[in-house]
Amino acid sequence: MNTSHDSDGASGCGNRPATSGLNILNQGTPCGGGGSCGGVSCGGEQRSKADSRRQFLSRATSMVFGSFALTLLPMESPESTAETPLPAPPNGGAIPAPPAASVAKPVLYGFLVDTEKCIGSGKCLSACRTENHVPDGYSRTWVERYVHFKDGTVQVDLVPEAGYHESKLPIVDAALVDKAYFVPKLCNQCVDAPCNQVCPVHASFTSPEGVELIDTDRCIGCGYCVQACPYGMRYINPETNSADKCTWCYHRITKNQEPACVEACPVGARVFGRLDDPESELSKRLGAVRTQVLKEYLGTHPKLHYVGLSGEVV
Amino acid sequence: MHGPSFVYPNDIHVAWSIMIVLYPYITGLVAGAFVVSALYHVFHDHKLKPVARLALVTALCFCSCATVPLLLHLHHPERALNIMITPNQTSAMAGFGFIYSLYMLLLVVEVWLLYRPEIVKGAANAAGLKGFIFRILALGSRQITPGSQKADEWLIGVLAMIGIPAACVLHGYVGFLFGGIKANPWWSTALLPVIFLISAILSGIAALLLLYLVLCWAKKITPDADCVRSLCKYLWMSLVAAVSLEMLELLHLAYEAGAEWDVLRELLTGRLAVSYGLIQVAIGSVIPFLLLPVAFRTERYAVLRTFLGTISGILILIQVFAMRWNIVIGGQMFSKSFRGFVYYNLTLQGREGLIAAVVVLMLPLLALFAVSRLLPLIGDVEPHRPPEELCKSMPLDVCTSHQ
Repeated sequence: MNTSHDSDGASGCGNRPATSGLNILNQGTPCGGGGSCGGVSCGGEQRSKADSRRQFLSRATSMVFGSFALTLLPMESPESTAETPLPAPPNGGAIPAPPAASVAKPVLYGFLVDTEKCIGSGKCLSACRTENHVPDGYSRTWVERYVHFKDGTVQVDLVPEAGYHESKLPIVDAALVDKAYFVPKLCNQCVDAPCNQVCPVHASFTSPEGVELIDTDRCIGCGYCVQACPYGMRYINPETNSADKCTWCYHRITKNQEPACVEACPVGARVFGRLDDPESELSKRLGAVRTQVLKEYLGTHPKLHYVGLSGEVV
Repeated sequence: MHGPSFVYPNDIHVAWSIMIVLYPYITGLVAGAFVVSALYHVFHDHKLKPVARLALVTALCFCSCATVPLLLHLHHPERALNIMITPNQTSAMAGFGFIYSLYMLLLVVEVWLLYRPEIVKGAANAAGLKGFIFRILALGSRQITPGSQKADEWLIGVLAMIGIPAACVLHGYVGFLFGGIKANPWWSTALLPVIFLISAILSGIAALLLLYLVLCWAKKITPDADCVRSLCKYLWMSLVAAVSLEMLELLHLAYEAGAEWDVLRELLTGRLAVSYGLIQVAIGSVIPFLLLPVAFRTERYAVLRTFLGTISGILILIQVFAMRWNIVIGGQMFSKSFRGFVYYNLTLQGREGLIAAVVVLMLPLLALFAVSRLLPLIGDVEPHRPPEELCKSMPLDVCTSHQ
């Protein structure tokens, strides 16, 4: 799997975002290349004083009003517009002018869970806990077992973590069961993440690869993101006193490694890869099978997709 | 709900404790008390004159303590100011610092203007610590002229007028914090900010009524009959509006009976049966609804009026607290799996325990007591005496007439 950043189109100021407000901001920055940038010539041409003054005033006015207009606009999630470059981590509340590196077409990660393959081994769970030092009593990922009984009732249980917990799943009488399956849960890495939206201090932010992350040095521990996540993924880590959650093992995937849970899965039920690469296994699977996302009606647009999801699963 | 319960593993930890119940409760009292002062200063309801100053000082005292439960709740209180230094524009919570600061500033200025005559007088006449405090509070102001008195009154009116929408924003915003969480069907409704606002006015009036009756009792003066009747009338009207909206929201959820209704019905009939059905609705709403009309229609029996007003005020304060509890804690008592329930364990000790909560609730009352040692809250107060009359009652060196 290739997890490196694309760098095409990252040089100079040619790859400007389509957002007019950002164009306005960029017009004020000097162009080192000496060419034409955003419609404003920056070569060594001689202009009349009147022209320069008019241009200066026009530019200054655009900048002032443009900046003001930007502060009124909600910060758009990067994945929601294909042409807008993904933002760098927050820089204190202001909308950053995109640095050269973030102008590059970013890597976009996705995840697929095949519930028809999952056998509930619990190995992914223990791998996650070990890899991410998840405190006892909290979970970054879990596996639910759904049992549909013939009388119409549905029983949901948590699969114990392999090697961590001795408890076994409740044994059910197979004669009473219609169907049963396992559903692994992890962070949905939503495109329109409510957790990111509600964080009052920019501690929750989106990485250039579209992964929702938490800056534990900035988090105030208000718990608003915990309330806002519809999937129950977030918790306040008692060791750091900051919000915490699954990051798809960001520290691994940015080193061309798979998330710990994916690596540990004995049956390949968890598939991680690049959404922006049509040749990735993930893209091929997503193109070949019908998938669903969790709580689609909430409009969070998860990048975690499921194969074989039943309507009872929330 | 079908089958046995199932709770998401992280949902067993209730993230928002009793401190987050106290926060909207205290800001509600602020907004409600301010509305009463505005009824006098803006709408000139002169029957409320005896509580006009008390209302504003109560609002200030409660407002000054509104951040305490939040700081106790934050896991990183040392980073609290980040909410103003690096605010996230898309977060409803990021507005808190700015809205709160502006409202606090407005209250401080208005209270200072309202008490300027007393402060200037105290700075000139009082000795010792009291005189020292008055001289600091006077901010260099050494005389009251009829002109400055008129300017003060005009400014008070303007600030009170600005304060009405500000109070609505302050508390409507608190409701929006919850109403904007689409992950939680018990919170996610556009009605919630309105419900919070009306119940805030309700609690503010109830608190003022009780404070006024207690202060009258402490000062051994007879409560003003018109004032008590008027407060009871406003209380009853607010109660009807608040409970109607609360029931409307519930009826809407039940009538639509969406996917989330199963879990909410179980919540209301199970975990919240006592705090919602019994305390919020039966005791806190129905009984005051029946008692208050007797209180405000009674013209002759002052003792009966005082008694019914006191009982209703206490019950309504309990009702509003229960409402906040049922929203904040109730909304976390079910898992986002919508298949199971969670227990909230209120501890006695600790930063977010019961003792801390009681202390937090006592702080504004202590602040109010401290203010009462310096400045009159009720009784001999006449907020809007004509400047000439006021000047007559002051030493010549304090009051300079330009006439």
